[in-house]
Amino acid sequence: MSVRLSRRFILLQQTFRQKVKIDFKKNKELYLLLIPVLLFYAVFQYGPMFGLTIAFKNYTPARGFMHSPWVGLKHFKNFFSDYYFARILTNTIRISVLTLIFSFPAPIILALLISELKGKRFARTVQTITYLPHFISVVVICGIIVQLTGSSGAITKFLGHFGFPQATMLNNPHLFLPIYIISGIWQTIGWNSIIYLSALTAIDEELYEAATIDGAGRFRQLISITLPCLSGTIVIMLILAVGKMFNVGYEKILLLYNPLTYEVGEVISTYVYRKGLLEFNWSYSAAVGLFNSIVSFVLVYCTNKLSKKISGSSLW
Amino acid sequence: MIKTTPGEKIFNVFNVLVLTALALVILVPLLNVLFASFSDPVLVMKHEGLMLHPYGFTGAAYKAVAKDPNILTGYRNTLFVVVVGTSLNILLTVIGAYVLSRKNVLWNPLITMLIVFTMYFQGGTIPFYLTVRAVGLDGSIWSLIIPTAMNTFNLIVMRTAMASVPDSLSESAMIDGASHTRILFSIMVPLCQATIAVIVLYYAVTNWNAWFNAMIFLRDKKLYPLQLILREILIQDDTTMMTAGAEGDLGMISETIKYATIVVATAPILCIYPLLQRYFVKGVMIGAVKG
Repeated sequence: MSVRLSRRFILLQQTFRQKVKIDFKKNKELYLLLIPVLLFYAVFQYGPMFGLTIAFKNYTPARGFMHSPWVGLKHFKNFFSDYYFARILTNTIRISVLTLIFSFPAPIILALLISELKGKRFARTVQTITYLPHFISVVVICGIIVQLTGSSGAITKFLGHFGFPQATMLNNPHLFLPIYIISGIWQTIGWNSIIYLSALTAIDEELYEAATIDGAGRFRQLISITLPCLSGTIVIMLILAVGKMFNVGYEKILLLYNPLTYEVGEVISTYVYRKGLLEFNWSYSAAVGLFNSIVSFVLVYCTNKLSKKISGSSLW
Repeated sequence: MIKTTPGEKIFNVFNVLVLTALALVILVPLLNVLFASFSDPVLVMKHEGLMLHPYGFTGAAYKAVAKDPNILTGYRNTLFVVVVGTSLNILLTVIGAYVLSRKNVLWNPLITMLIVFTMYFQGGTIPFYLTVRAVGLDGSIWSLIIPTAMNTFNLIVMRTAMASVPDSLSESAMIDGASHTRILFSIMVPLCQATIAVIVLYYAVTNWNAWFNAMIFLRDKKLYPLQLILREILIQDDTTMMTAGAEGDLGMISETIKYATIVVATAPILCIYPLLQRYFVKGVMIGAVKG
């Protein structure tokens, strides 16, 4: 019996090897074409993944990836007992939950309002204007924010009428999050509404006609037709948003925060940047980054599973 | 649809008002920057609230910006990265998408899976930095091009577009003896023009706006792209290069210089944007179809 099995195995192996050979002969040109692409992914995507091993080592540039000594979970233990651990974890979760609550629904509401417009010209103008911020670089957006909220900035002066102190708003830990979230909505509301608008145009007109005949008002139609039809898109966008939760827009935070606002603005990804690239704690910051990547991955995986179960729409 | 109830009428008016307000909220800060850049620095400092027109029209800030050598080299470096980087981006994306869209290729499913996996799990900032350094790209302008040579999302979108081209076209070319390279550039590329245009635009905007990699990889200021120069001027408040030769109150003109820099760096993109808007929007839709 075992002889027969192993024989079958050899046969299978041979056929597989033959298959590989035949395939390579047939598709040689395709594989040759793919070499630069494979090289890119091997070096710049899988290279860093392999480089994550330094999270379990004491990496020094002199010894390199391979020859630095293993230290097991030391850096993770240090991170979990880090004085700042609780702070950056809370900040990360707070910022991403606030973003989900405020920035996520805004484009959906905008899309619904635009789709209710009668004048097509006006609708197009609103779209063009609200898409604008998407094309402005983070650096410039943060530059504008810094200008407008500086000690003599227009917004600071305006809020002065309501008794706000005339000082640089970004130095105030209480104002950092509102500025971050509101400017985030300003940046994304238009562009993110496109996907919902296209989903809205895909809804069958007959549904609305039938509802009108049955005497359903516009609000009733919104609840019973529009929202159910949008739910698939909303769920997909929600999965994507949750997956990005732990990669909160660190570019914007890096540009906006300063030591006075670290207590509310420091998140995991900015901490990785400061510890690693400014203080050269390579292994420690790689460990923090790995923690971040794993949590992100688990989040996407779980939300995806959940949505598959509940609504049947999923990413994979 | 037949008759509008009073409730609906009120809603329609309210809707137009809300959307007008939103458009203003988005537009006014941008216009404020534009108007302030043309205004007299002294009046800008004194001004209360947002500016709805220039105060004391002057081009002094722009003259100061034009004199700054850093802005000029920044512009040049950014143009290089946008032109060379985007060309490489689209070349690799088109090739990768073509190969991965072919059927009956043994290793394609596995390779696709490995590539898609990188969308959900990455090594992170530090290992990425160390990898680029190990390859020897740090300190070179190529560090802004090669490590970001491909974007997986764009690759998948491109692959979907190529997979939807009927097989019969490439098969008949195959029978006529055309190579894959030939099929790719003479059949696929012309047929997928619309998608390619969208993806080129995406890559170009990303390259124009990128700054983080430049900040961590470059040390020589002569190689800095525009965005990194902007960061020094706008965020780190360094206008010494430009106020050096300016007459009048230095502290005051440095404010309008910042506004002028923003305009100079953003105008190119915002000017071409309305012309290309429909392509960009189409891109979002293509991505959505893939879901």
